[in-house]
Amino acid sequence: MEPLLAIVVGVLVAFSVYLMLRKNLVRVVIGVVILSNAVNLLIFTLGRLDRGIPPLIPFTESVPSEVFANPLPQALVLTAIVIGFGLFAFALVLTYRAYTEIGTINVDDMRMAEPPYEGEELPETAVKGEETDS
Amino acid sequence: MSHILIYPLLIPILTASIALIFFKSRVFQRWINVLGSGLLLGFSAYLLYMVQSDGIQVLQPGNWEAPFGITLVADLFSALLVCVTGLKAFAISIYSLGDMDERRESFGFHPLYQILIFGVNGAFLTGDLFNLYVWFEVMLITSFVLLSLGNRKTQIDGAVKYVVINLLSSLIFLSGVGIMYGITGTLNLAAMAEALQDGENTGLVITASMMFLVSFGIKSAVFPLFFWLPASYHTPPITVTAIFGALLTKVGVYSLVRVFTLLFTQDIGYTHTILLWISVPTMVVGVLGAASQYDVRKILSFHIVSQIGYMIMGLAFFTKIALAGVIYYILHNILAKTNLFLVAGVAQKYVGSYHLSKLGGLYKNYPLLSSLFAISAISLAGLPPLTGFWAKYTVIYAGLEVQEWVVIGFALAVGLMTMFSMTKIWMGAYWSKLPDKAPVASDPGFKPVSGLHRVALLFPVMLIAAFIVGLGIYGEPFFRILFDAADQLLDPSMYIEAVLNP
Repeated sequence: MEPLLAIVVGVLVAFSVYLMLRKNLVRVVIGVVILSNAVNLLIFTLGRLDRGIPPLIPFTESVPSEVFANPLPQALVLTAIVIGFGLFAFALVLTYRAYTEIGTINVDDMRMAEPPYEGEELPETAVKGEETDS
Repeated sequence: MSHILIYPLLIPILTASIALIFFKSRVFQRWINVLGSGLLLGFSAYLLYMVQSDGIQVLQPGNWEAPFGITLVADLFSALLVCVTGLKAFAISIYSLGDMDERRESFGFHPLYQILIFGVNGAFLTGDLFNLYVWFEVMLITSFVLLSLGNRKTQIDGAVKYVVINLLSSLIFLSGVGIMYGITGTLNLAAMAEALQDGENTGLVITASMMFLVSFGIKSAVFPLFFWLPASYHTPPITVTAIFGALLTKVGVYSLVRVFTLLFTQDIGYTHTILLWISVPTMVVGVLGAASQYDVRKILSFHIVSQIGYMIMGLAFFTKIALAGVIYYILHNILAKTNLFLVAGVAQKYVGSYHLSKLGGLYKNYPLLSSLFAISAISLAGLPPLTGFWAKYTVIYAGLEVQEWVVIGFALAVGLMTMFSMTKIWMGAYWSKLPDKAPVASDPGFKPVSGLHRVALLFPVMLIAAFIVGLGIYGEPFFRILFDAADQLLDPSMYIEAVLNP
């Protein structure tokens, strides 16, 4: 089972790297989400995949009776999923704001914060910022 | 078991909650922010006193014994950083009274500010690797919002780059955590360090260490991973830039120092040599970038990068004096660098610009501000007797001991270049005549700041300048604490003992 999951993690990472290298901001954000899922799967795999009973102790005993599955990686993954979801929501809203404010989601064209230097040539589609003082 | 450890976390989150309850009242939020930060300063100073007198403090929340629960640990290194965070939080909360505009305040600047401090203190105090990730995320999400709060176009643009690169760095960190958990079976830093002592799996551990290096390297802006910093730090209001420049990159450096002294010491010849050769281009590229800029905020942003190089260099030397130097450098940088940002903000309030071509006449008209700039700039450049000199001297002295001549040569040259940048700002903004195109001369609608606002802006700058002078001149007791802190870092058994066998 581990080799299979390892391959899945690898494929997911490859997808996400491809997407993150795109110029389209939405694809970059989706790439980050896929990477976060790949990392979650990695943690899950590294917590050892062994078959066992759920880590619940019967009411009458104080230790589990059989081999039980390790609950910690699942707790970690759950935390990471929740955090990742929040950050993904923020990143999507930010992308939308960038589109409405700057008017482009092509990352090469966003030159508001770093206006071009004198003599620097930008593509014609670029949305240039101005030297502001505020 | 010491309950003092919980206060640096409890106070900011309570302050933020109270501020959120009174979301509509700007005045109340402002004062609760200052009050909370003041309390935080008091408690973090007490924490430092406790750690200094009673040794490493450990708290197991919920009474879950280590390594099963999440542990909070404060050794001297953490306590010093928490203490200086308290000082900065207090100073900048006062500064924000004079700088923040109504719109940003009514969108929740004050609660966000406190939650940022909450995240930073959590990262300094946690003794658990996964918990460190969670604190990083607390810090990141608030910094995202603070960066884009106000919705100016440049801010959104800067925030996009900042958000994407930081998400990536967190994910690399998280996969490093996963691998370390797979190797050692624990997430508690002390238990992990103990499990790594038997020296098995060295190859895999070093692979994981490189993931931590890349991830914390992005967060602390080392070469070649620093490009997000000068692209985004100049976009938000100067209060936000100052608190970011003071704390966020330093949390990255703190984490680097923590993992590369506690966990990854199996093959110092390999890992720390990489650190050493990262530090040199970080210093050089940072200072050269600063030399090419004419916006004061961009010059200072590039200098953050260059100063990070010195800290990484000290960590790479890995001797007692070098680590003491690293801690001194972090503290010095938090004080001097933010003070320069704050001074630049005051100058903007007087003259109306951050750009050197539109600044001038400050020395003639505002001698107090000029002297405050001079103190911070001289300290940053490393002239005696201020903090910058002792910080550089200690790190470079450590380099001479381990005979890394080339690296030391670069470090000294970069010091000279820093002096050049500071002189450039001094000549352009302070000694030169006020140019006609400066807003104060050309724009009749521009009014220089005055009255209470001016007091709120200048008081924190003077407070921090007093610390820079005081620590520089009366430095011996401080150095003793630093050497004790370096001892604790070099000998992880103290840390492990304190956490696992209280």
